[in-house]
Amino acid sequence: MSEKNSIGKDFQEVPLRVSGFKRFNRVFFSRGLVTFGLVIIVAFIIITIFAPQLAPYDPNELDMGSTLLQPSWEHLLGTDALGRDTMSRIIFGARTSLIIVIMALCFGATVGNVLGLIAGYFGGITYAIIMRLIDALMAFPMILLALTVAALLGGGMRNVIVALSIGMLPPYARLMCGQVLTIKENDYITATRSFGASNLRIMLRHIVPNAFPPLIVLITMQVGHVILMEAGLSFLGVGIAPPAAAWGGMVSDGYQYLLKSPILSVAPGFAIMLVVFAFNMIGDGFRDAFDPRLRGKL
Amino acid sequence: MSTILEVKNLKTQFITDGGLVKAVDGISYYVNEKEIIGLVGESGCGKSVSQLSVLQLITNPPGRIVDGEIIFEKQDLLKLDVNSAEMRSIRGGKIAMIFQEPMTSLNPVLTINRQLTEMLELHLNMTSQVARERSIELLKLVGIPEASERIDDYPHQFSGGMRQRAMIAIALSCNPRVLIADEPTTAVDVTIQAQILELMADMVEHFNTSLVLVTHNLGIVARYAHRIYVMYAGRIVESGTSKAIFSNPRHPYTLGLMTSVPRLDEPRKRKLATIKGLPPNLINMPPTCAFLPRCPYAIDRCKQDIWPEMRLIEEQHHISCYADIEKEKNAYI
Repeated sequence: MSEKNSIGKDFQEVPLRVSGFKRFNRVFFSRGLVTFGLVIIVAFIIITIFAPQLAPYDPNELDMGSTLLQPSWEHLLGTDALGRDTMSRIIFGARTSLIIVIMALCFGATVGNVLGLIAGYFGGITYAIIMRLIDALMAFPMILLALTVAALLGGGMRNVIVALSIGMLPPYARLMCGQVLTIKENDYITATRSFGASNLRIMLRHIVPNAFPPLIVLITMQVGHVILMEAGLSFLGVGIAPPAAAWGGMVSDGYQYLLKSPILSVAPGFAIMLVVFAFNMIGDGFRDAFDPRLRGKL
Repeated sequence: MSTILEVKNLKTQFITDGGLVKAVDGISYYVNEKEIIGLVGESGCGKSVSQLSVLQLITNPPGRIVDGEIIFEKQDLLKLDVNSAEMRSIRGGKIAMIFQEPMTSLNPVLTINRQLTEMLELHLNMTSQVARERSIELLKLVGIPEASERIDDYPHQFSGGMRQRAMIAIALSCNPRVLIADEPTTAVDVTIQAQILELMADMVEHFNTSLVLVTHNLGIVARYAHRIYVMYAGRIVESGTSKAIFSNPRHPYTLGLMTSVPRLDEPRKRKLATIKGLPPNLINMPPTCAFLPRCPYAIDRCKQDIWPEMRLIEEQHHISCYADIEKEKNAYI
């Protein structure tokens, strides 16, 4: 699309109708950073899927003769204290971290949103009971809550996911509840009710789509939290059990050798940073693209 | 002509921190087939609340329908549970409502198509393809240009008048017997007002629907309504055919309303006539006539007796008044 200001010829070139899909894409990709974020996420998904093919070494293969090596052509990111290739561990760690993040976010967000939706929509005593429960959960620092649950259930991936979900759901419940309270006062909700819609239909088809934007931003902001919480859990011995590779765990492990071989913590740390940044960017992009009221740049 | 909707002695109250508000205090009206009736009154007289009560859309708490019967298709709607499937099938399917503010009455994140087809899928069980075609037809009927393309637009891409038309399309999509229009033209400019009203009158013909027009604009009801009910402080104070009421208003309030509208054939220097005083506080109303403090025709009986019952004064013309204002009709000027 040319940048000329003159009316006339240029306006005739603009198509009269833009399909929803094209509009979404136009708004979503209008900022370079968002596209960059998407590229990173796609790259990581590819790495996750093709980890065995991409990793040069077995991530768990010990080589006590080559411990704490600096980056070289043989080991692009060096090796750790037990001689395992850092690069391979990062590649396989992508799997672990992303799976944990996605699962924990899915469960936590779903349960939290459902609770918030019910509490906000029905009000009264339902609201009181649910919100007091959420308040009780929120009184604990997220990491402490996750820690307690993990300690009770034991370590291992499944329990870590449960623990993280419980720790993460209060913000969703509160956000959704607040959104519902505002949205349900709108005229169009009364109008929809006057057309004979049931409560369930109003909740799912009318209230939830209007509650999306802040929800998406919340989800993406929590990605970083979750990865860091997983690291904390691993550090304290109730997370992913070694020798499984997970970025957070790698950062903790590498901490001891920070002066001798900083790459051990910096590399997984950088990977975490990149993923969190990418999710934040696409979160912004989604929020802008989903909102039909934002025109985006033409 | 048969009566399709009859409301008897409807009472709706709101419990507030300031006290009990009797928003609707015993109104009775009826709607015949293919009729347009006007429900007229100033802001706060209870017209919107009464219509919301018919569809049981009053939020409880703080509002409650405490008395009355609403006879529709041989059953009392108030006996149906608020969230029951029956009540829900009546809402939109048999009795539909359009609201005052077209800006906020449509869900901003759903396309017009979704909102139209939702009604059709809900009540008539249409598949989405069939529903979409019917929706395009409906939009053409209400006068939306290029309907097959505009149907995928979002509400913010429609102008106010178009949104109101879309609302009318949604409301009429399932051929309801009664359409309730709650101040449909208050929020749009005059040229659009005329178009919307003409459209609704056409739709009444086309769909064989009856229309309840709730408004504070006397001009609209004069032209379009067959019968009019005038409301004040939660009750009906005058009812009759529009011809009877406009040619011979007999309740002091109605007379006051009509006198306050400036006319082209009056001397220009005439001061604007008003009804002195303010609308009453609906909390702790005295049992006497609510209009008493403002009424220039009040007689002794008005101060002693309770609010008057509706009495017949000529054919199809009832008023709720003890005084006879026939003799001096210029008390407001």
